[in-house]
Amino acid sequence: MASVSTPPPGAKTMVLNMGPQHPSTHGVLRLVLELDGETVVRCEPHIGYLHTGIEKTAEAKGWWQAITLTDRIDYLCPLTNNLCYVLAVEKLLGLEPPPRAQWLRVLLNELTRLNSHLVWLGTHAMDLGAFTVLLYAFREREDILNMFETVSGQRMMTSYFRVGGLALEPPLDFFGRVRKFISYFPSKIDDYEALLTKNRIWIGRTKGVGYISADDGIALGLTGPCLRAVGVDWDLRKTNPYSSYDKFDFKVPVRTEGDVYARYLVRMDEMRESTKIIAQALEGMPEGPVNADAPHIVLPERERMKTEMEALIYHFKIVTEGFRVPPGEVYQAVESPRGQSAYYVVSDGTTHPFRMYVRAPSFANLQALPKMVEGRLIADVVAVVGSIDIVLGEVDR
Amino acid sequence: MIPDELRNFPEASQLEEQDPSVLAGGQFDRGELTLEVSRAKLEAACRWFRGRGYNLLSSITATDLHPIEPRFRVVYHLYAIAEHKPLRLAVRVGGADPRLESMIPVWPAANWYERELFDLFGIRFDGHPNLKRIMLPDDWEGHPLRKDYPTEGIR
Repeated sequence: MASVSTPPPGAKTMVLNMGPQHPSTHGVLRLVLELDGETVVRCEPHIGYLHTGIEKTAEAKGWWQAITLTDRIDYLCPLTNNLCYVLAVEKLLGLEPPPRAQWLRVLLNELTRLNSHLVWLGTHAMDLGAFTVLLYAFREREDILNMFETVSGQRMMTSYFRVGGLALEPPLDFFGRVRKFISYFPSKIDDYEALLTKNRIWIGRTKGVGYISADDGIALGLTGPCLRAVGVDWDLRKTNPYSSYDKFDFKVPVRTEGDVYARYLVRMDEMRESTKIIAQALEGMPEGPVNADAPHIVLPERERMKTEMEALIYHFKIVTEGFRVPPGEVYQAVESPRGQSAYYVVSDGTTHPFRMYVRAPSFANLQALPKMVEGRLIADVVAVVGSIDIVLGEVDR
Repeated sequence: MIPDELRNFPEASQLEEQDPSVLAGGQFDRGELTLEVSRAKLEAACRWFRGRGYNLLSSITATDLHPIEPRFRVVYHLYAIAEHKPLRLAVRVGGADPRLESMIPVWPAANWYERELFDLFGIRFDGHPNLKRIMLPDDWEGHPLRKDYPTEGIR
């Protein structure tokens, strides 16, 4: 990564190294910018500073141990990655989790989307000089993280979903907390919008900035809110529903302008829609178990292990040896807050994944960055990087 | 040649009709369609599917089947956004000199995915304008996602 291409002698351009410690790069993104005055002539992203070899590590873990690795890919939406992985393994096994587990997964995934969008909103606004929004957004995010802690014991690295269902039934006060949260959260979105949507400085920094056409975006692998901001009505929750998303009534916000401001509006509308999904999930939450009836895959309840011989044997077998997954390959995609997140999981019939590949939406979206910033001012780079909402942990894996 | 169970998938049967040497096999498993493409006709196959509306290249990745030869199985995950249809193309590459054509002319998104495969698997892509390591440092030795590269200990 040492090579920085320098312009030829006598050229009028200069090369500027932005990152990997620049505050607006949301982690360790390094951009090599070739500048003509303040105009970006060429932009080359350098990544890999956070590469931890998660895909290689997963090959040495059991099927259920690998769940804990998926949290660490994207620290803003751990539950989305948990979900995508367990759906892939369930597809390989041909296992269907009970309705209550599916609905709880939807509920928690939408909370995750809010969590992720709040961090995006706060940091994006702070990059452009609006500090208040960060404090507001992190206040509400704290409530969401507390809810994650209630269900899983962890604020960020939740690992709450299991193959076949959930780790535990959520504690009794969880639903009350979610209900309270969604009762006041829509008014908070109004507060954020009051600070930004008609703010002249915000509009000046974001409107018409970072445009990419739908064709260029698709060609470069752009997905998620960035693609919906340029008129492509494509959301995997609607088009290829998973985990009972087809039973929920929600809209997919789409704009056509394709600039940073449109991406902002799409994400704000998505937060409102997510709140509606959470309300529906609370309303119609099915009763019943949270784990599939598959004793050789799902760990038995603690209480049963004290009285039943079989439960103890199954527990011992799963923990020591793991469970086997029939050979095959699946590509399971879900709509993460950043776009199409997908896991390609290959099994060779043993107790650990033969191959686990993670299609990280940030990785693909970042590839479209040069197209959005070349020919624009250097100050716009900050706005555009914020608007594509990258998480470097996910880019580098 | 494709198996008979794939005859009623228009993507597979029409391509088979046009040029029987492109597809080397395929399966429909767990609701996912996989078409095995012969190594020599990869670009023709990719252009055909790009023309059939598979406009999003979702990812390119590989599996190392070491010690079986041909060692690498490179998979292209495509998506037709208008029809909401996914598709997987698979091609086998030998381990002695793993090489494929770059698909950047068909899908520009292939750029980083091919660099990632070069970095982590050591597969070269002919025609790639900037084929260098993307995740690991430039002076790194070896390709970590190969099965003969240990997960821990001394290499």
